[in-house]
Amino acid sequence: MTNEEIFEKKIQDEVRIEPKDWMPEAYRKTLIRQISQHAHSEVVGMLPEANWITRAPTLRRKATLLAKVQDEAGHGLYLYSAMETLGMPRSQAIDDLLSGKAKYSSIFNYPTLSWADMGTIGWLVDGAAILNQVPLCRTSYGPYARAMVRVCKEESFHQRQGFEIMQSLCEGSADQKAMAQDAINRWWWPTLMMFGPRDAESGNTELSMKWRIKRFTNDELRQKFVDMMVPQAQFLGLTIPDEKLKWNADKNGYDFGDVDWDEFWKVVKGQGPCNKQRLEARNKAHDQGAWVREAAAAYAEKRAKREKIGASA
Amino acid sequence: MNALTDYTLHLADNQLILGQRLCEWCGHNFVLEQDIAMSNIALDLIGQARSYYQYASKLDGKKSEDDLAMLRGEREYKNLLLLEQPNGDFANTLARQFFYDVFHLFQLEDHLKSSDESLRAIAEKAVKEVRYHVTWSSEWMIRLGDGTTESHARLQHAVNKIWMWTGEMFEASAFEKDLIEKKIISNPKDFKLSWDQKIQEILTEATLKLPLEEPYQHGGKDGLHTEHLGYILAEMQSLQRTYPGLAW
Repeated sequence: MTNEEIFEKKIQDEVRIEPKDWMPEAYRKTLIRQISQHAHSEVVGMLPEANWITRAPTLRRKATLLAKVQDEAGHGLYLYSAMETLGMPRSQAIDDLLSGKAKYSSIFNYPTLSWADMGTIGWLVDGAAILNQVPLCRTSYGPYARAMVRVCKEESFHQRQGFEIMQSLCEGSADQKAMAQDAINRWWWPTLMMFGPRDAESGNTELSMKWRIKRFTNDELRQKFVDMMVPQAQFLGLTIPDEKLKWNADKNGYDFGDVDWDEFWKVVKGQGPCNKQRLEARNKAHDQGAWVREAAAAYAEKRAKREKIGASA
Repeated sequence: MNALTDYTLHLADNQLILGQRLCEWCGHNFVLEQDIAMSNIALDLIGQARSYYQYASKLDGKKSEDDLAMLRGEREYKNLLLLEQPNGDFANTLARQFFYDVFHLFQLEDHLKSSDESLRAIAEKAVKEVRYHVTWSSEWMIRLGDGTTESHARLQHAVNKIWMWTGEMFEASAFEKDLIEKKIISNPKDFKLSWDQKIQEILTEATLKLPLEEPYQHGGKDGLHTEHLGYILAEMQSLQRTYPGLAW
């Protein structure tokens, strides 16, 4: 069998592809793109939530939110490590993020304007992320699949904490309920955009499905998400901001309105409310830490030298 | 208020204010590994603050943990002035952390011998966490002090700048004197020498100089703070102040 045939057979037989296995260049490239985007999303995604850690209303909420954002840094690390097994160094991927060349999830280009946004991000945004990510635990590339198993466990905890924040607000005062409704009004549509463009316009879907990197199409996942969230919103007493939302018994799912694709593409291309702010924050952190990274490297080198001299003496 | 409540609040405020400062770094750190490490330290401190506030709440009998954290003003906060100083660059954050961590560990080791059961129980858990904090900050002091010319200069500058706030740790306030008399805690002056030795040991390895002047600023324990605390509280307490009396 040729390398290509061995690879195809493994994919068909659901045998994981491992770093040292032969793989088509396009498969490697697709994975590097997807995993690095995913890692960048975790890292940039820390910013909108970190925006509220210092203002969390109680100490318990503060600690939980901080722990959650810390988990996201951890997810970034697992994912960069999985990406490195494909031959892409972390430093290069980060340079691509900082220069604006690499993409990350557009959802993080929206602002967090109230405490209810912490609940909504956990509940809706992490809920959408889980739907995207659970199938990735069975993705064909071994290191990615294994990283995703850990990520998904933590994400489901995040979603619960988000839902719990929403529940407290919805059971609270009129101000708190209004805060929760305002948050879902602002986050609902951007969250539906997280599943990516419609299948007909998604350039990467077909090949990714064939290689079993992806298991469901964007539109399938979007439908699943709406079907899952409508009863939860009803339970909370919140209104989903979509007049076309309606149960369709024939398809055993909800019909829903169309995403504003013009806005989607504008935000992807850099015109969202926070694209510049997020990239500036990452660049600032990176630049201001340059001297620390240099010092750590210089010290490690000095130490290695001293140890060498010590060993030969 | 009795001395034990005041002292417990002082300990709670110390951990919360430093934890809050470290929270400002979250998401904005220079490398992911350190974002995780510093968030860990912040989580430890906020967890300790919660234990102290819960104990203070029990002693006080009226106010809850969150009332004590979110509804007391600047003149009621009793944290050390050192801990409310702004983050500045990483060198500044680190120098502040290092001076406090070393003190904090001696203080907790003293609480392990306290006749007060709750202080002892909190210390038993916290001492393990703070041992790690001391290791973390000591290693970074050495790494940056003995790193490049720039890192050495930045850290020496930070040490010189932050030094003036360190004296307060060893000066017993009225509530501490009361507890010292009752043999609930030792006089913090008793571990000043050990603190000096540990600081000197690390600074020497880091090729840094200990500032010569006597640090004399104090007031935090009695609610007399620097301009910085007002902003920390304004931010931290904003939701509870805007929407009083709600559950979150």
